[in-house]
Amino acid sequence: MDVKTGFFYLFSVVLLFAAFRVVTARNPVHAVLFLMLAFSQASGLWLLLQAEFLAMVLVLVYLGAVMVLFLFVVMMLDINLDTLREGFWKHFPLAATLGALVALEMAAVLMSGFRISEAPKAALEVGQLAPQVPNSKALGILLYTEYLMPIQVAAAILLVAMIAAIALTLRQRKDSKAISASEQVHVRAGDRLVVVKMDVVKLGEAPKSAEAGTEADASKETKQ
Amino acid sequence: MSQTLNASSLLAVPMAPLVGALLAGIFGTQFGGNWIGRRLTHTLTILGVLIAFILSASTLKSVAIDGARFNETLYTWMEVGGLKMEVGFMVDGLTAMMMCVVTFVSLMVHIYTIGYMDEDEGYNRFFAYISLFTFSMLMLVMSNNMLQLFFGWEAVGLVSYLLIGFWYNKPTAIFANMKAFLVNRVGDFGFILGIGLIAAYAGTLNYTEAFAKANELSALTLPGTSWMLVTVICICLFIGAMGKSAQFPLHVWLPDSMEGPTPISALIHAATMVTAGIFMVARMSPLFELSETALNFIMIIGAITALFMGFLGIIQNDIKRVVAYSTLSQLGYMTVALGASAYSVAVFHLMTHAFFKALLFLGAGSVIMGMHHNQDIRYMGGVRKYMPITWITSLLGSLALIGTPLFSGFYSKDSIIEAVHESHLAAAGFANFAVLAGVFVTAFYSFRMYFLVFHGKERYDQNPDAHHGHHDDHHDDHASHLPHESPWVVTVPLILLAIPSVVIGYMTIGPMLFGEFFKDAIFVDGEKHHAMHELANAFHGPVAMALHAVSTAPFWLALAGVVVAWYMYLINPAVPAAIGRALRPLVVLLENKYYMDWINENILARGARALGNGLWKVGDRTLIDGLLVNGSWKLVGIVSAWTRKLQTGYLYHYALVMILGIFLLMTYFVWLNK
Amino acid sequence: MTLTLGHYLSLGAMLFALAVIGIFLNRKNLIVLLMAIELMLLAVNMNFVAFSHYLGDMHGQVFVFFILTVAAAESAIGLAILVLLFRNMNSINVDELDSLKG
Repeated sequence: MDVKTGFFYLFSVVLLFAAFRVVTARNPVHAVLFLMLAFSQASGLWLLLQAEFLAMVLVLVYLGAVMVLFLFVVMMLDINLDTLREGFWKHFPLAATLGALVALEMAAVLMSGFRISEAPKAALEVGQLAPQVPNSKALGILLYTEYLMPIQVAAAILLVAMIAAIALTLRQRKDSKAISASEQVHVRAGDRLVVVKMDVVKLGEAPKSAEAGTEADASKETKQ
Repeated sequence: MSQTLNASSLLAVPMAPLVGALLAGIFGTQFGGNWIGRRLTHTLTILGVLIAFILSASTLKSVAIDGARFNETLYTWMEVGGLKMEVGFMVDGLTAMMMCVVTFVSLMVHIYTIGYMDEDEGYNRFFAYISLFTFSMLMLVMSNNMLQLFFGWEAVGLVSYLLIGFWYNKPTAIFANMKAFLVNRVGDFGFILGIGLIAAYAGTLNYTEAFAKANELSALTLPGTSWMLVTVICICLFIGAMGKSAQFPLHVWLPDSMEGPTPISALIHAATMVTAGIFMVARMSPLFELSETALNFIMIIGAITALFMGFLGIIQNDIKRVVAYSTLSQLGYMTVALGASAYSVAVFHLMTHAFFKALLFLGAGSVIMGMHHNQDIRYMGGVRKYMPITWITSLLGSLALIGTPLFSGFYSKDSIIEAVHESHLAAAGFANFAVLAGVFVTAFYSFRMYFLVFHGKERYDQNPDAHHGHHDDHHDDHASHLPHESPWVVTVPLILLAIPSVVIGYMTIGPMLFGEFFKDAIFVDGEKHHAMHELANAFHGPVAMALHAVSTAPFWLALAGVVVAWYMYLINPAVPAAIGRALRPLVVLLENKYYMDWINENILARGARALGNGLWKVGDRTLIDGLLVNGSWKLVGIVSAWTRKLQTGYLYHYALVMILGIFLLMTYFVWLNK
Repeated sequence: MTLTLGHYLSLGAMLFALAVIGIFLNRKNLIVLLMAIELMLLAVNMNFVAFSHYLGDMHGQVFVFFILTVAAAESAIGLAILVLLFRNMNSINVDELDSLKG
């Protein structure tokens, strides 16, 4: 077994173990950390496949941004750990069977459809290209010519995602004194002033305080 | 021979009564605001019918003496796939005779009504109805195609319904008019089947065109069966005649129709409407001659009616019912004559019967008026002293009815008996017995009624439910419950009807039966049905026939009937009661009219209602509403309540299902669909 | 032995299967659900890169690029929704999210 194969098995085993722990970890924080481990192993595997750019991007984007986001959210939410795992292992046999079936089938499909026993045939081409063109450059050539429009679309998707995330979770500050101009302009007189009809009362008694009371009410409404 | 009549004058014949009817019906009643009063109403309508009568008489003269004919379509109102629906007239001997009979009797009835309905509120309505009836009947007899005949047929049925239920507040009258209409409908069902068959196979409804195809039709059979087509057509048409002309078993409506005022009993249920069936069969003689089965059937039905209805007349106590059963019996005679292929004899008897039966009915009406609306003959007697004109005319009518020689009834009835005797059909034996026995029965019940009403002891005060109606407003003391003669508007029609009842037979038997009168109107297959031929051979003139009658059975049978009636009801009145006690079961059978009404009401009507009920409760409510309609939404509800359980609301269930789905699809496409 | 495409593909398949199990098992924890989705995407990416390498076509890697973009966007929004959910229901128990129940 040569080095490459050894590394492959190392990375794969750790990856699969990490993935298993992601789904079976008790503590969500542990799950996130295992996911980070999984991604890092994947990155290593991609390096073996001579896709350096993507390997790095995986580290930067996923480990650096997405996983951190997950961590933030997990730590932010006050999760009740006890009730979280009830009935977990009850479904495990069925799930395992299902998973095994899916895996086997996918493998069978993929392998039966492709000539897999050959050595990387185009490795020759890649190999030829590899010394001359680094992976990044090869990728760049394609991205800037053939996939120019899809890149713009991807950018738009990211923009939309950002706006969506903000729009979903933004809350107004409760003690903000900012004024909404449109609301001010749309005020109606009837909302601000109430005219109350009252009986004529003798001087020097209740009427004065009653009138004062109504004035105070009106001014309170103005403030709102 | 080829001289044609004037189309406008022919059109005026039915139109004049129609105009009278419309004016009277619209402006004379509340419908149009009660604009015209009684005098103007009866004047207008009588004028209409009078015009019709004069034109009919002149038509008869042209037809009989000048040999004129008319057969044209005046208006085609619809044409569907080659079948033409027309309005047209066919005037030959048969039509002209019917026209005259209808208009004359109608005119007499119109005049009579002035007196009879004098105190009735619906005076104007009545005149409108009887003029409308005249119009309908004329359209029926003058038509040149089956559809117009059917129009007239239905129209007279409608007017009969309206008139029987004239006093619509009387429950018995309403029951009777529904009964008449519905029983007629049963007959019409057969009739329209017959018309449909003719339309389908001959492709035309016009008489002449259809008859021209008669020989072709006689070779066909009804598809799917081995019956001759002509037989089926003729039997279907005759079923219509059975309904309209009240043959057994569709006779049940006629006695009940006596709930209507007497003038219409005379006009419709004696002289004209009920003869429409006889007329129709005579008109269709080219078709009936082709089917011996149909002729046998006709003869049997006619014979049954003639004899058994006569028996029922013996025990009736209502004066009008006696005459009604007499009408039924005489219609049976006409039918028997049709069966013997003696169509001209049947139509001849139709004519004479129209006169003397209308006379008898109007006479009965006059008696009823005189007896202050008591109709029970058990409480009459000795009326001849108080109502001489009515007495004499009723006697003349009765003599004509029983077939006294030289009277018109004798000529027609004896010709029928002769024709049946000569016929070789399978049913002729029974028919012969029936018509002969019927002579005795007819004489017996006619003179039973005559003696009980006009002779014998006066029994007016024996009436338990004497009619203390509105008459008491006009009479000053209770003592004058004695009958009085009717006014001239009532007696003059009686006299005018008595004259033809006596003489018309004598005068017209030669030309009608054995002459050229019906030559092109009625067709008789002389080889197969030779009854008429034999009759012609035996005929030596009316006087000879009358003298010969003394040596024939009918004369003695009729005489025996009169004598027995005289004995039982004048000399020894205890005899009828004694016989009644001895033959109690028979009397019960007769009183219940052979249980025909019981069968109709309890078995047929109740059965139909039960069927309807069952179809409603089980068929409609349970099956269609419950099972199909309600069941379908309940089923949808059940299925959706079930499938609703798939929507658990848990996303991971949905994801799982998606994965399973992909799994299945993969399995299918990768391995099973190689 | 040499590494073949088959190795990488089976790895991808197993990873995917694990992620599916994760979705199936985690009825109580929405966050782990989201993480399982990330794992699925990773498995797919793995396949893409493997194919790109063994068939010598750069287009596979370009596609991974885009998948990465979309996955990032999706996880951001997913977490935002999760936060909102937590604000309103005070738990991330998936079993309580059954308002779509028929």
